[in-house]
Amino acid sequence: MIQPESAALPNVSVKKEPFHANPLSALLGFSKNTIVIAEMEVRKLRHDPSELVMRAIQPALWLVIFGEVFNAVKAIPTGNTPYIDFLAPGILAQSSMFVAIFSGMSIIWERDLGIVHKFLVSPAPRGSLALGKSVAGGVRALSQAIIVYIIAVILGVHVNWHPLALLGVLIITILGAAAFSAFSLTIALIVKTRERFMGIGQVLTMPVFFASSAIYPISIMPTWLKVLAHGNPLTYQVDALRNLMLAPGIGTYSLWLDFSVLLSATVVLVTIAGALYPRAAT
Amino acid sequence: MGETILETRNLSRYFGELMVVDNLNISVLKGEVFGLLGPNGAGKTTAIKMLTTLLKPTAGEAFVGGYNIVTEAVSVRRIIGYVPQMLSADATLTGYENLLIFAKLYDLPNRGLKERVYQALAFMGMEQSANRLVRTYSGGMIRRLEIAQSVLHHPQLLFLDEPTIGLDPLARKAVWKHIMDLRTQYNMTILMTTHIMDEADSLCQRIAIMHRGKVAAIDSPTALKANVRTNATLEEVFIYYTGDKIDSGESYRDTARVRRTAKRLG
Repeated sequence: MIQPESAALPNVSVKKEPFHANPLSALLGFSKNTIVIAEMEVRKLRHDPSELVMRAIQPALWLVIFGEVFNAVKAIPTGNTPYIDFLAPGILAQSSMFVAIFSGMSIIWERDLGIVHKFLVSPAPRGSLALGKSVAGGVRALSQAIIVYIIAVILGVHVNWHPLALLGVLIITILGAAAFSAFSLTIALIVKTRERFMGIGQVLTMPVFFASSAIYPISIMPTWLKVLAHGNPLTYQVDALRNLMLAPGIGTYSLWLDFSVLLSATVVLVTIAGALYPRAAT
Repeated sequence: MGETILETRNLSRYFGELMVVDNLNISVLKGEVFGLLGPNGAGKTTAIKMLTTLLKPTAGEAFVGGYNIVTEAVSVRRIIGYVPQMLSADATLTGYENLLIFAKLYDLPNRGLKERVYQALAFMGMEQSANRLVRTYSGGMIRRLEIAQSVLHHPQLLFLDEPTIGLDPLARKAVWKHIMDLRTQYNMTILMTTHIMDEADSLCQRIAIMHRGKVAAIDSPTALKANVRTNATLEEVFIYYTGDKIDSGESYRDTARVRRTAKRLG
């Protein structure tokens, strides 16, 4: 057996230099890696957009069938706003959450194949891998926004077409879906198998949906459900979308509160997912 | 003795009670092709996972290019390349995209990035299929693509974990030819595992035979063979050091994974 010649470190031919000399370039590197990961996911989507086409069916059913029926019976008190107007932003948030909450599946797939190992051997910060995946989940959810807008126009929803309002919807949709994608990623990194992940995903989606203001106002909920709804990021996404998507906006909270809650949720969940990311290689 | 690029000191890893890598002490010299042989479950892949910073050691330490694999993991990652045993190319992207993503992740300069990627593909003889989805590639092509991907940043040390698993002899030959060409071009050191003794015999300057997490023997193929008996083959050497127990502990999951890899390649 070859023994080391001495206790000293082996000779090195590379210069030792810190990867990022200052926080600004570290941040730039982090952002660049995030965009690369997100770009990869979007490229995959471009090669095979069939998933998004399938995903368009659900929001269409909710708006056209559920929405039109409840609009007609006026069973849910939404003040002066027609129920279909009230519902459209809720369904946008709900369907983008559905897309996002199963997006963590890709990491299980990549782990089984060995793809994730290569990413983890690269110098990219783990947080940027998690954030990149989450942003990609957000971009994926934009397809839902397009579908919901088309149906909303057909159904006569009073849409706010101001460019800033549209930009706001874009940002909130991406942010909300990014938060739920990071949540999904976290679950996937913990359970590690498809079966368990699908099971948990199925169990979680409906409670998250019903314990939010997506299809009825919080004011008509029983107290215990109100408590849950107030802790649910989806409530704030729905609220922000009601502010931005409709003319006039009908949000309960200020846009800043909605935005802050969603941003905080994303930051916290991406941090957790980033910390768990190395688990994918074991 | 030449310059050392990799050195482990009592590197160990347990999974619960099970000691998968048990006080591993090896040194790899700059420029050599170093083979890590051993039966399934001997701890080769676990050792490689620690050396590539994917898995933290339970005890002991290791240095790659002088960097500590735990405390200076990011620096280690910049100078190594890794081709996992499993298929690591993304089948839902094109060959070009697979490489482009990694070129960007390794922070290669933006100028000439595209050319660099196409050059790497051409070097592997894949310029024709660059813009096809990897899903349509043959097993040998996928492996060549993965190797191209892992050397884009010109690593000093390349880890190859059973690079020719599941390939037919022709594809195997092509893969090795490309690896050895790359090695000459970039003066790379290679640490590889394989179950094919002919490959190890003809390609490796030195071989460590692992058995139950320990190094059972380490030397040049010629010396290893001479040590067992005159005119011994490397296969006989392998059995001599590891043959006391046929069925070693490979899990169901590992087996399923290897079979799946083989199936996809075939």
